[in-house]
Amino acid sequence: MTAADTQAADPPVAGPRDPGGSGPRPPRDGVRPSKKTTGALLPYLLIGPAIIAIGAVFAWPLVKTVVMSFQDMGRRELWSGETPPWVGFAQFTHILGDSQFWAVTFRTVVFMVVCVTATMAFGLLIALLMQRLSTWVRLLLTGALVAAWSMPLLVATSIFRWFADSDYGVVNSLLSKVPGVDFQGHNWFLNPWQGFTIIAAVVIWGAIPFVVITLYAALTQVPKELEEAAQLDGAGPLGVFRNVVFPVIKPVFQMIATLSVIWDFNVFGQVFLMRGNKPEPEYELLGIYSFQKAFSSSSFSQGTAIALITVLLLSGVAVYYLRQLLKTGEVE
Amino acid sequence: MTTSTPATRETEARKKATAPERAVRPDRKPGRKPDCKPGRKRGREKNRLGYNILGLITFVVMAFPVYWLLVSAFRPNREIRSYDQPLWPNSITFDNFVRATETRFFWTAIQSSLIICVTSVLGAMLIGTIAAFAIGRFNFIGRKPFMMVLIMVQLLPPTAMLIPIYVQLNAMGALNEYWGVIVVYLVSVLPFTTWMIRGFVINVPKELEESAMVDGCTRMAAFWRVIFPLLAPGLAAASIFALITAWNEYLFAYILMQDNDKYTLNVWLMNFTTDRGTDYGGLMAGSVMIAVPVVIFFMIVQKKMAAGLTSGAVKG
Repeated sequence: MTAADTQAADPPVAGPRDPGGSGPRPPRDGVRPSKKTTGALLPYLLIGPAIIAIGAVFAWPLVKTVVMSFQDMGRRELWSGETPPWVGFAQFTHILGDSQFWAVTFRTVVFMVVCVTATMAFGLLIALLMQRLSTWVRLLLTGALVAAWSMPLLVATSIFRWFADSDYGVVNSLLSKVPGVDFQGHNWFLNPWQGFTIIAAVVIWGAIPFVVITLYAALTQVPKELEEAAQLDGAGPLGVFRNVVFPVIKPVFQMIATLSVIWDFNVFGQVFLMRGNKPEPEYELLGIYSFQKAFSSSSFSQGTAIALITVLLLSGVAVYYLRQLLKTGEVE
Repeated sequence: MTTSTPATRETEARKKATAPERAVRPDRKPGRKPDCKPGRKRGREKNRLGYNILGLITFVVMAFPVYWLLVSAFRPNREIRSYDQPLWPNSITFDNFVRATETRFFWTAIQSSLIICVTSVLGAMLIGTIAAFAIGRFNFIGRKPFMMVLIMVQLLPPTAMLIPIYVQLNAMGALNEYWGVIVVYLVSVLPFTTWMIRGFVINVPKELEESAMVDGCTRMAAFWRVIFPLLAPGLAAASIFALITAWNEYLFAYILMQDNDKYTLNVWLMNFTTDRGTDYGGLMAGSVMIAVPVVIFFMIVQKKMAAGLTSGAVKG
């Protein structure tokens, strides 16, 4: 579409000049070469600063990550600026041979799957529900979604941490209202399963607005006529959804699901802040694990190696996301 | 053969275009008016009540944390420090806000946050706009890879970049300096702003620029005089969005800044959490002060942002 557009529209850019100069040909030939070269260089000049900036802050550190993961950089090398010793694949073999790494990876994957599934399921249900609400309820709900969406991660995490506070948390006091249940003073973070429930809650609560609002926008693209025709043909609500509605929103759904996988795999701030900036080992997800290795154990090379493994694990998902983008025509 | 095929294709296309309307309309409109209306409407109404109740429950769940934040910020401390807090406050006080603003480094934190966020967003907008103009208007070799880079950079986990960036800034002596954080923030919001502005660039008709150029403007002059004013709402939306992202960032500010008086607001907020316990009243008041501008800005731009993103998606 764009290629056709630009090709169709590009000649007129030069075109309007041509008619004026169509008579005297030689002068145009004399002018053109210089114009053409600046014209061809211009886009590169325009994206130049962006390339340099991205290269400096992302590409170069990424190269550095790879280099560092083959070295052994500790606190001494960091401060003295000496080149750290080369250790080859030692960092990787050490990490891959460490049972803690596998436990952390397993935990990360489980956490991601739970969060993504819950986010997408609730998101889809709420989006479908939005279509069937009276206008005032929908506006109310949209307001709540936007407010939740705009809540800074740090603030949201603080609130949820307080909800689960053992002494003053509203969760405990509400649960204790149930007859026969005494949760007063219950510490949710002693048991990582319970702790992760709270962390998952803040992650899912924070992610739902984006999913709902995007899916709701996609649902408005479903032609009403098709839905009604399917209903007339005797399709039940589930049949209509599966055969008519879902195929239309599928590209958007897949896109958001892929993004959610990437985001939830990289959850960091929620755990980090929930545990007061020093998460216990049983709360380590890959991001935290890498951070702890680098900054608490001062083994920067191990930290980068773990980060690199994380990027590699995610690159498959990232490639899938890019292909989706290409397919739906966002790029070109 | 050659003449008949386009003709049949055309009629088929026309049929396709009108078919759904025809199939539904005669069924729906006359059917609704005479007899179906009362029963159908009542059924729908009944359903709607059920859905509305579900919708209200969802509303309560989604809004409760926000409500709790606001209520607690104004709740007196003795109520916060009780085991059984009522769901609505019995009295309202501004003590928490007073205490929060009197907390050490509050004013320097505001200053740091403003310096860092405004500078990085202005830089990102400048670089992003010209880059967005390039990929929105020109067809050049390397355009597609550049766009891929923009997307891929956003997929990189920030924690993966944290360590090498820290090491690099340390080597350059930029740790604990504003410019180190500014550069990091600038580049973190750059891909997104470029992508978003590109959506708005595409929406400005090419013809405008072309006619300006016919009238004797150079390409850059055409951009500044014709396109730029039309882009203004999009630029505003993108810049506010970038500002929100930078304003909310926590991790890099926490790691790259070491002096207390250079902490940004988000890092300052951690003052309320000590080993002896958490001052939830102060924390909530501080959170409100940080979140309110974000929420207001967000509400202003969210529609425009969606417009910018979808226009880019459809017309890419």
